[in-house]
Amino acid sequence: MRARRGLSHTHVGSLHAPDAELALRNARDLYTRRQEGVSIWVVPASAITASSPDEKDAFFDPAADKVYRHPTFYPVPDGVAHL
Amino acid sequence: MTSLFDYTLGLGDDALVAAQRLGEWTSHAPEMEEDIALANIALDQLGAARLLLTYAGELEGAGRDEDALAYLRDDREFRNCLLVELPNGDFAVTMAKLFFLAAYQLPLYTALAGCGDERLAAIGAKARKESAYHLDHASLWVKRLGDGTEESHRRMQAAVEQVWPYTHELFAAAPAAPVDPATLRADFDTCVDAVLAEATLTRPADGWTPGGGRDGVHTEHLSYLLAEMQVLHRAHPGARW
Repeated sequence: MRARRGLSHTHVGSLHAPDAELALRNARDLYTRRQEGVSIWVVPASAITASSPDEKDAFFDPAADKVYRHPTFYPVPDGVAHL
Repeated sequence: MTSLFDYTLGLGDDALVAAQRLGEWTSHAPEMEEDIALANIALDQLGAARLLLTYAGELEGAGRDEDALAYLRDDREFRNCLLVELPNGDFAVTMAKLFFLAAYQLPLYTALAGCGDERLAAIGAKARKESAYHLDHASLWVKRLGDGTEESHRRMQAAVEQVWPYTHELFAAAPAAPVDPATLRADFDTCVDAVLAEATLTRPADGWTPGGGRDGVHTEHLSYLLAEMQVLHRAHPGARW
């Protein structure tokens, strides 16, 4: 779901549908009742390749001590909402 | 000639009764996603009904508001078409009813949006987008059920045949009305023929043409629907959430 133009799509949930066309409509009915979005993507669960919780250490921990990768060494200008 | 009050009341009653019938699916639909979809559509219909009945009450000038019109009339005073009061039947019957209703309401509201009556034009402009979605939703299901399994095809075809006779009443000529229903028939036929063809369904032959809803002569099903819809308001007049 893209909440509004300029923002990227964000995962909002999962649902059942017999095919992609109906999945799009079901998503519209379930997730845009309160004007939550202006664009919807649907992806079949079978098309998602996910990282495994078992691999968490190897995948994510090595980044923990590499402070030089973080963009924290300059000030963020005021009024930049979505940096 | 029917007055603008009768005309507006008829459109409002169509939407109100359709909303009440669709609401019966809430928590009973085949899947959760469809449950929400049907409830959304019912609420769209209810929204249109409220605007139309409020306007009808003002046209009448007898001090009746939307609640008085919705809750304090008996079946003979309702002006809805018979199509919307028919029982939901199985899911195929519900989809056939919704499909035919939306295929009628979309050109109706579109034409109303350009009519000379300012209030009806505003209501039409709002409701036509909703109707377009109702038509989309029902069309997708008619196609999937019609062009689905042998059993779904059989039931969808039976549903179309069961409901088809009730569509003729929608287009009874009313030349003095803001939008003459007879002028909507061509759009309806084009839409219905295209969807039925894609759904591998056969459009039934025109024969029996039940009517009378616009004159307050209804099927026996309407009284039961009204009893359920009105009981709370009649038992506790003016009750609010």
